[in-house]
Amino acid sequence: MLAFLRKQKYLIDYTLASLLRRKGKNVGLLTVYTLIVFMLASVMLFAHGLRHEAGLVLQSTPEIIVQRMQAGRHAMIPAEYLQRIGRMRGVTKKEGRLWGYYYDSAVKANYTVMTGGQTDAVLSEIAIGSGIARVRGLAIGDYLTLRSQSGDAFSFKITAVLDTESELVSADLLLMAPGAFRHVFGTEEGLYTDLVLSVRNPREVSKVAEKLAKLLPDTRLITREEILRTYDAVFSWRQGVVFILLVGAVLAFVIFAWDKASGLSAEERREIGVLKAIGWETADIMRMKFWEGAIISLTAFLIGYVAAYVHVFFASASLFEPVLKGWSVLYPRFRLTPSVDGLQAATLFFFSVLPYIVATIVPIWRTSITDPDAVMR
Amino acid sequence: MLIQLRNIEKAFNQGKPNEFWAIRGVTAQFEPQRITCLKGASGSGKTTLLSMIGCLSRPTSGRICLGGRVISGLPERFMTEVRRHTFGFIFQRFNLIPGLSVLENIMLPAYPLGLPYKALRKSARQLLKQFGLSNKADNPVQWLSGGEAQRVAICRSLINNPQILIADEPTANLDSKLSREFMGLLDELRHSGRTILISSHDPEVFASTAVERVVEMRDGMILDATG
Amino acid sequence: MRKSNVFLVSLFLLLLGFVITLVDAGVRQHQAASKHESGIALVRQFGLTDLALFTEARYTRHLSQADFHSAFQDHPMAFEHFPTGSLVPPPLRMR
Repeated sequence: MLAFLRKQKYLIDYTLASLLRRKGKNVGLLTVYTLIVFMLASVMLFAHGLRHEAGLVLQSTPEIIVQRMQAGRHAMIPAEYLQRIGRMRGVTKKEGRLWGYYYDSAVKANYTVMTGGQTDAVLSEIAIGSGIARVRGLAIGDYLTLRSQSGDAFSFKITAVLDTESELVSADLLLMAPGAFRHVFGTEEGLYTDLVLSVRNPREVSKVAEKLAKLLPDTRLITREEILRTYDAVFSWRQGVVFILLVGAVLAFVIFAWDKASGLSAEERREIGVLKAIGWETADIMRMKFWEGAIISLTAFLIGYVAAYVHVFFASASLFEPVLKGWSVLYPRFRLTPSVDGLQAATLFFFSVLPYIVATIVPIWRTSITDPDAVMR
Repeated sequence: MLIQLRNIEKAFNQGKPNEFWAIRGVTAQFEPQRITCLKGASGSGKTTLLSMIGCLSRPTSGRICLGGRVISGLPERFMTEVRRHTFGFIFQRFNLIPGLSVLENIMLPAYPLGLPYKALRKSARQLLKQFGLSNKADNPVQWLSGGEAQRVAICRSLINNPQILIADEPTANLDSKLSREFMGLLDELRHSGRTILISSHDPEVFASTAVERVVEMRDGMILDATG
Repeated sequence: MRKSNVFLVSLFLLLLGFVITLVDAGVRQHQAASKHESGIALVRQFGLTDLALFTEARYTRHLSQADFHSAFQDHPMAFEHFPTGSLVPPPLRMR
């Protein structure tokens, strides 16, 4: 056992010495290899982290949302629909939501305006998300003026800035009293943006949705499960897109690495001949080549992965920000909670490490089984 | 260890249009603890014969016995085993591995044995000292002169303490002075109890006083054996 | 120092780094419960449905609430006015 370990160390010694002989080329290879692993791992960790975060936070989203459709477009829903739904088995709570968008031309940003439902809230007071506070430079006690439907300006006193911890869902939120909402947006009493229903038993949701669809044929229903699935799909899809964009780079690398790993120069053939002549077995040479592949690919994988982890979970995936941001003015500052999908990490490991090792070992097979007397000729 | 060859024949590219018989029926015996030189023009088959004795290749037909044990028909693993422990090789072009230090090159044949590092290093250093190369231990081998490289090659062939040394045209890349020095070193090794086989067509070698027996070869056959 | 020792030590350090990422993920996930609390509370109170990741347009801000006839009507890869539009697929039920 000890001899076996010592032997592996000797083989590593030899491999490192022979890798260092072509230092520039091998360091270049390692760098590109590491970068590729870094990119793939970053995308993977980021997408998984977002998916995890979305799943966790949106777990408490309403079970069913009822939206009225008019001529194929979302329209305000009359409050009497709540009566039309009436008492339905399994539905524990039903209420109207008032929400919309407010475009602030001063900073060219879109706010999401929400109402909390409490009718007794003070009309002239609002709470804003920390994204808005940042973009407009507002703090508690400041005033924010919104232009209403009719052209009048309303000034609101900011009484709260939402917790930065919740920024991923609240960066662009503007929370106001329902009365103020109706004033600013000219929404008549008795109309809501949509209705939300709480269903206690998740297994009853589809049953309830089915009944609602029959009862209110001019509405569409969005269930929580659909929302969660949407987010799952969004990030899987994005991850897929980035992977596809990276395919070119990956393929280029594969060709380069394959050429590097599998192409045996005359010099290397000769070296193998010498090693065999001085007493190395074919198996020793294969082991040595295994180490060559393993040293490069393991190092690249570990550096790339750890760097990606730091990038995504400590540096807030700053390299991806421009892509995610798009044209958004309000972008949440968030730090994802690390969440690692073991299966994905294992997949990345196998797809980045194994092919390279195989590519280094396979071509050596033929060379190393030839008679070693070639060096004497 | 007595080396016995019986009816050795060796063909290259057998069965193909370019079939070539390098050795055509050699029967010979090489005594232990002697320096034997195979002499002959290039293409006479001396290198091929040495590579078969050294377990680098197998004869097409015939038998090679080493101290009474047949080694010509062994599977590769065992051939390597025999080669590793019994033979040390010195090549015409030295065949040192560039990029490795002198010390690493010398230790190389012992790598697959997995010996303790310190002990191996010590014996390599001892060999270097013996051949007056102590100060070169950490140099890369490509910095060495021809004579130094040859001495490093000798050190490397000795690291596994083999009983038989095989030297193929060892003086081809050395001038006369270095060649004489080389023969002197071989003579010392013989006195320490090793069997040495050399192939050469260099008079510095086969006319050397250290050589006790010269076997002349031509066209894959042994012409005449003196001594 | 022997080359293999240098390598094995650095490999050990890298592996340690790898293990640390796993431990870190575990620890931070444990701590995250409180971090998520305020978000979850907001979601519950206001019935929020979407992440505020892409605020540039209605249909990217509220992915799950998008109209049938605004975004994604042709094909997910169709060119869009907004960069994210070309990266975000339609909600599942619209496919």
